[in-house]
Amino acid sequence: MGDAKKAEKEVIVCRCEEITLDEIREWIDRGCDTFNELKRVLRVGMGPCQGRGCQDIILRELSRRLGVPIDQVEAGTVRPPVKPIKTGLLASE
Amino acid sequence: MEWKNRADVVIVGGGIVGIATAYYLTRLGRRDVAVIEKGTVCGGSTGRCGAGIRAQWGTEMNCRLGIAALDIFESLEDELGMSVGLNQGGYLLVAYSQNEFENLKKGMALQNGLGIKSRSVTLSEARKICPALDASDAEGFTYHARDGHADPFLTAFAYLEAAKKLGVSYFKRTECTGITVKGGRAVGVDTSRGHIDADVVINCSGAYSQIVAKFAGVDLPNWGERHEIMITEPVEAGVCPPMLMSFSGNYYIQQRPHGSIICGMSPAGHPQDFENKSTWQFITAMSRVLNKLLPVTKEIRVVRHWAGLYDMTPDGSPIIGETDVKNFYHSTGYSGHGFMLAPIAGKVLAQQLTGNAPDIDLSMLDYRRFARGELIMEPNIT
Repeated sequence: MGDAKKAEKEVIVCRCEEITLDEIREWIDRGCDTFNELKRVLRVGMGPCQGRGCQDIILRELSRRLGVPIDQVEAGTVRPPVKPIKTGLLASE
Repeated sequence: MEWKNRADVVIVGGGIVGIATAYYLTRLGRRDVAVIEKGTVCGGSTGRCGAGIRAQWGTEMNCRLGIAALDIFESLEDELGMSVGLNQGGYLLVAYSQNEFENLKKGMALQNGLGIKSRSVTLSEARKICPALDASDAEGFTYHARDGHADPFLTAFAYLEAAKKLGVSYFKRTECTGITVKGGRAVGVDTSRGHIDADVVINCSGAYSQIVAKFAGVDLPNWGERHEIMITEPVEAGVCPPMLMSFSGNYYIQQRPHGSIICGMSPAGHPQDFENKSTWQFITAMSRVLNKLLPVTKEIRVVRHWAGLYDMTPDGSPIIGETDVKNFYHSTGYSGHGFMLAPIAGKVLAQQLTGNAPDIDLSMLDYRRFARGELIMEPNIT
C-alpha cells in the first residue's frame, strides 16, 4: 500500500461516525455525487454534530473528484431540531 | 450514466421496491433492465422509513409475505455481498384494551397456523425482552423473536450495487413524464431525459404511483400519507432491543445496533399530501410517548426528525401485478411496509416475468379487487 492510500485510510472525515476519506472516495467513485447519498450509505453527517464537522470537507472532496465547482455540488438537507435536545425537555413543552 | 433509448424492462421509481425488483429480474434472466428515479438513491420513502420487518400480521397474505421477507433478509448479506444492517430483536406488540389484545391474539393464531412462532407474553416477560419498559397500563403483549429491523439505506445500496454488477442501468434525476401505450400495450416511457422504449414497464413509484399509473390511463385508488419519525443520539445498548409497537398507541420505537433510538408516529388526521414536512408538534408528542414507555429516555437527545410518505391503499394491502394495459405492471400500495416487503415482492414479480413458478401466489393483490369489492383489510397497521 502506498503512503497516500494508507493516509486516506487513516484520515477520519466524519468524527461522529468515524468515516474515513478512503470510504468517502470509494463511494464517490461508485456513483454518489451528492452529500445526501454519501450520508445515506456511510452515515456521514448523521451523528450528534449533524454534519457541522464534515460537510464542508466532503463537499470539497465531491467537487474535486467530480471536477465540478463546489457551488454546483448538491449540499445536504438540514433537518430539525438543528441542535440535539433532550426528549425530557421536549416532552415538558 | 449514459442515457439509452431502449430497454427490455423499465422500472419507474428507484426506491427499494424498484431496485430489488430490478435485481431479481436480472438475476432470473431478463437481460436489459433500466430503473428511472426522479431524485437520488434512497431520496424518497425508502430513505425515510422506519425499516421494520415483521411476520406479525393480521391477514394471511401479509403473514406469508412477512415471513418470506424475513427468510430473504436473513441471508441477504451473503447473497448481495454487503451488510444490510439486519437486527432481529423481535417485535413486541402492545395492546391497551381487552378488545385490542383479543385482536392481537386472533392474529397470533393465524400466524401460528402458518408456522410463525409468535406468542403472547406477560408484563414481566415483556420487561425481560425490553428491560427499560414501563407499560403498566398495557393490557397484553405479543412477541415474535425473528421480527426486527434492517438499515434501509444499506439494503437499497446493497441491492443496487449487486444489480449494477448484473448489468442493471440506474438513471437518477430522471423523472417519468408519460407512459406510451399502443394497441392496449405499454411500449415505452417518457422521461425528463427523453423517451425510452420498453417491452415491460413496472410502476414502483410508491406514493406517486397513482400519478404514474394515470399516464397509462390506469386508475389506482392509492394516496400519499404523511408520517413522521425521529432519531436520538447513540446511547448504550439495551434501552429498547425489540421494536416496540402499538396500533392503538400509534407508535413504534427501536434502538439500532449502532445505539440510536428511532421512533415514529402518525400525525393527527394522517395528512394526505406529498409534503415531507416534519413538525414541532410531532417531536413533542413523540417525546412524551417515549418518556412514558421508556422513562430512561428523558436524558437522551433527539438529533434529527423528518417525514415520509406511506403509499396507502383503501385496504392497507399492496397492489402487485399486471393491469388492463398489457405489459404494464404495478408493485405499489405497500401502505407503510414497502421496505420489509420489497425483497419478496420483487422476487415474486421477477419470477412471474421470467416464466418461473412464483414462491407465493399474489394474484389476489391484483388492483381490480377494489372494483370487485374484494378488499383484503389489514388490521395490524398504524
